[in-house]
Amino acid sequence: MRLDEQTRPDFPILQRIVNGRPLVYFDSGASSQKPRAVIEAMSQYYERSHANVHRSIHTLGEEATELYELARDAVQRFIGAASREEVVFTRGTTDGLGLIAETIGRTLAKGDEIVVTELEHHSNLIPWQLVARDRGAALKAVPILADGTVDLVALERLITPRTRVVAFAHVSNVLGTILPVTEIVRRARTVNAITVVDGAQAAPHLRLDMSALECDFYVFSAHKMLGPTGIGVMYGRRAVLDSLEPGRGGSEMIKEVWIDHAQWNDLPWRFEPGTPPIAEAVGLTAAIEYLEKLGIDRVAEHERALTRQTLEGLARIPGVTLYGPPTAERGAVVSFTVQGLHPHDVAALLDAEGIAVRAGHHCAMPLMRRLGVVGTSRATFSVFNSPDEVSLFLATVAGLHSAL
Amino acid sequence: MSTATPSAAGGLYSDVIRERWRRPRHRGELPGANAVAEDVNPLCGDRVRLMLTIEPGGRIAAVRFVGDSCAICTASTDVLAELITGRPRDEARAIAAADLLAVLQAEIRPTRMRCVTLPISVLAQALNGTKTP
Repeated sequence: MRLDEQTRPDFPILQRIVNGRPLVYFDSGASSQKPRAVIEAMSQYYERSHANVHRSIHTLGEEATELYELARDAVQRFIGAASREEVVFTRGTTDGLGLIAETIGRTLAKGDEIVVTELEHHSNLIPWQLVARDRGAALKAVPILADGTVDLVALERLITPRTRVVAFAHVSNVLGTILPVTEIVRRARTVNAITVVDGAQAAPHLRLDMSALECDFYVFSAHKMLGPTGIGVMYGRRAVLDSLEPGRGGSEMIKEVWIDHAQWNDLPWRFEPGTPPIAEAVGLTAAIEYLEKLGIDRVAEHERALTRQTLEGLARIPGVTLYGPPTAERGAVVSFTVQGLHPHDVAALLDAEGIAVRAGHHCAMPLMRRLGVVGTSRATFSVFNSPDEVSLFLATVAGLHSAL
Repeated sequence: MSTATPSAAGGLYSDVIRERWRRPRHRGELPGANAVAEDVNPLCGDRVRLMLTIEPGGRIAAVRFVGDSCAICTASTDVLAELITGRPRDEARAIAAADLLAVLQAEIRPTRMRCVTLPISVLAQALNGTKTP
């Protein structure tokens, strides 16, 4: 059975009729839909087990704590982390990247260098701009080549003995480019720079193994991988986490507190101040279990087939321009423009047919400037999308030139 | 492949919007303009530059615009240019989204309202001289 035939009944929202047509949801890159298993796990948690975690000495408190910490184990398994202490829960990718930038930022001095790439989402650029400004550090960007890949020759040159941080996406949210994480990490390590990987677009689609990637930090969101909004993961290599002061203060991240100082809690709680997103952690566990049951490699293969069908189909439509590597060896992302139509109008015209795609600058304005466009339209795929949906999408795009 | 008919698009793209998107009446440069402003819609990156010639008495004699914008924003800017041409500065300043929507005759959703209102904020900047090109 094809993966979408198996999964579609699990997603209640696919019953929606939008503008008189069955919903075709090609916007999982922004936020994926949720299988019933995730929705029910969260409802059941609220109906049966909710209480605050860690310091509630009563039955519900213990149940909630156990469920919350089980999510950490699920994430550790899912990403191949060496220990559960390396898994820190955040509010999402943006929150995680901000937390890392603030935490590392305190250790930077004037003249230190931060290296990013030109294809970064604003979430992996702006926090570094703020840090660079506050600490007098220099921010440098590795250029993108015409085929949508990172210029590794320039990277070699831009990383210097003053480089303290190298921060980059695993998969571009616009181009779908898969960056050579291990290669970049090894180059960064020659100057002892800390590596930070934005995995928002990779976690839902690629098999992750932190021991193979070798990066210091890896950050992603649950809501793009069939899980709920409001929770994300900041993986940090233990030796690095141990060496850093907590980025933010509050309850839970301390052992003992005096008026003028405090002793920090152990990992990973040292980086989790306040009441965490507990129900969301329960939902994330359900999402991970759902993906694991399908098989990550099977998920990746299914999405690769949809991506290939989309790339080949769009390439045959006159007036359509494609962006990114000319291959399906990319994330489940296809960005395109239609000659004579603004990306927002393309999205609105597709929406009139029940097809949801994203349009605009995709929070990557420097990349848009590099591509010479105001924006693109973008189709992104998940486990529930079908080849028939792609065919309908292609036929609709082919008719757009006469639509306005 | 099935034949799709994307021309419906609900009531979003009215005949007025289609017509003014295809053939804007006020698009182009305006040499000698004495009030100019440009701004972007942070949601989508749309960019509109308004150029006005204002007579010493305050009457807006000519209006042109250039930019990179969607059909709704382009049509809205074109309508705005038409509405303020020949009018005193203070009347132009009073133009609101409702005035543009009345001409556009379209069901604009809240997510696209910024496409309609971007030229209004650019006009305010041009008239106030708060933002120079």
